[in-house]
Amino acid sequence: MKPAISVILLTTLIGVAQGLFLAYYSAELLSLLMILPNQVLVGSSWAGIISLILLVGGLIASFFHLGHPERAWRSATMWRTSWLSREVIALPITMGFIFIYTALKLTGNQQVIFSLGNGNQLDLAAVVGFFAMVSVFVLFICTAMIYTCLKFLQEWHSPLTVLNFVLMGCASGFVMASAMAAYFDPQVFGYISSAAIVLSVAALISRYASLIRNKNLRSPSTLQTAIGIHHPNIRQIAQGAMGGSYNTRAFIHTYGPSVVQFARRFFLIAGFIVPVLLLAISNEASVVICALAFLIQYAGLLAERWYFFIEAKHPQNLYYQMIS
Amino acid sequence: MTQLALVIDLNTCVGCHACVTSCKEWNTSGEAGPMADKNPYGADPTGNFFNRVQTFEVGVFPQTETIHFPKSCLHCEEPPCVPVCPTGASYKRPEDGIVLVDYDKCIGCEYCAWACPYGAREFDESKKVMKKCTLCVDRIYDEELPKSLRKPACVLACPASARIFGDIHDPESEASIAINLSNGYQLMPEWGTQAANHYLPRRKVDIKVHEEDLMRSSNPLDKEDRGQREPTTRVTLDDSTSW
Repeated sequence: MKPAISVILLTTLIGVAQGLFLAYYSAELLSLLMILPNQVLVGSSWAGIISLILLVGGLIASFFHLGHPERAWRSATMWRTSWLSREVIALPITMGFIFIYTALKLTGNQQVIFSLGNGNQLDLAAVVGFFAMVSVFVLFICTAMIYTCLKFLQEWHSPLTVLNFVLMGCASGFVMASAMAAYFDPQVFGYISSAAIVLSVAALISRYASLIRNKNLRSPSTLQTAIGIHHPNIRQIAQGAMGGSYNTRAFIHTYGPSVVQFARRFFLIAGFIVPVLLLAISNEASVVICALAFLIQYAGLLAERWYFFIEAKHPQNLYYQMIS
Repeated sequence: MTQLALVIDLNTCVGCHACVTSCKEWNTSGEAGPMADKNPYGADPTGNFFNRVQTFEVGVFPQTETIHFPKSCLHCEEPPCVPVCPTGASYKRPEDGIVLVDYDKCIGCEYCAWACPYGAREFDESKKVMKKCTLCVDRIYDEELPKSLRKPACVLACPASARIFGDIHDPESEASIAINLSNGYQLMPEWGTQAANHYLPRRKVDIKVHEEDLMRSSNPLDKEDRGQREPTTRVTLDDSTSW
């Protein structure tokens, strides 16, 4: 497949946004459950604001993918069958919950909804945040299932795709959150940065597993099944268009193997290994190092999503073996 | 249930592209508006076609065969492009099984093109919507046309009669009979799309020609000596019997 820049931006930006929200909200939940020391997180509202900005940024990027953005509202209608439609619904719902959560944090609303057995009290923001957390996971699944559900794009058609989207989104969000925690809330920096390391390593393992899986994939489709002529020697001599067609432009990338190989190495190193090392050395809660780790990781994840498209071989390419 | 479809005979297709040009002509002049046609007289002409003829060479030279392979939307009975459409612009008509795009609802997200294993859908760069073969839905039901012309433009244009149009769910239709008699097959059956369009395979076309077929040993012309041919000197059955 040919990488679609707007889709790469959409999926990576909302991944960071979702992970960032989860990082701060999970720290809050864990302190309510007395697993982390009880405290007020200064950065929560900032995490909400930045998360919202990134979600809106992703949404704007996605509009550039559409031929008719003015009709985008229609895309919420087929949620019964289409994962894209489900994502279109889940995204604004997530944005809505995070917006309310952030607004409650900013206004300092402390309205208690109910008390926990350990004496801590759940305020309205924590309850709204819980719904936001659920919709963040729903959104992750919807986004990933858009790709996973296409069964003949075998490189995508695997539970690993969903796992990768969730882990990479969470990892990048937690790395960004560790930079924010280093600045606003050093008391939870230990939790967030170690979670970021664990998530990044898990994402690396899961992504590497899918690389190995995809390397050994064999498509049941061949030129023989594509045209129904079962002969070992078939050569295309004309593909029905001299100047190329939508089929050659949208599905067949023209990057050389060295570029693809470089992207693969780059995303493995920049997307996972470097940020983990940077976080591991920044136990002093250094904002600069954590921010650097995030920027490098985000660049790596852009390359990862680019490679994700390059990796998928569409069976329609069988019909377009040469231009003549 | 009706499932209209094309049956394409690869044994008779001569690769003349008449179906391609008549398809483009009919569909670019329809009420849906013209199809993209960029740089039509330049070095790299490109644009939308609902139907294309590709050519494949099968075998090793000199034992090769040329296969002309027309490809358009196959109007799958289980179309993978339809459920993925977020707007419902892509749909399969229950009454005749034609897979269509509502150009007024399509947002141009191209997701359906990703979901089609055959590459049957083409994004119209000028209209910014997804387009595909309609099986000339604006023509096959047009009661202003004589009944014999209520067929897709490509079928009417084919000089070799390599394209048959009909209901493949009706066992009596010309299309079903052709599929049954000539082992019509579907493309990429491995994905369970149940493509409605079928292809008829290449068949052996060499004929055993015996000498007797060309020149009868008992040619009455020989007897009457009215032909220009040299009379045979062989004794024939007629000579040796006396009834």
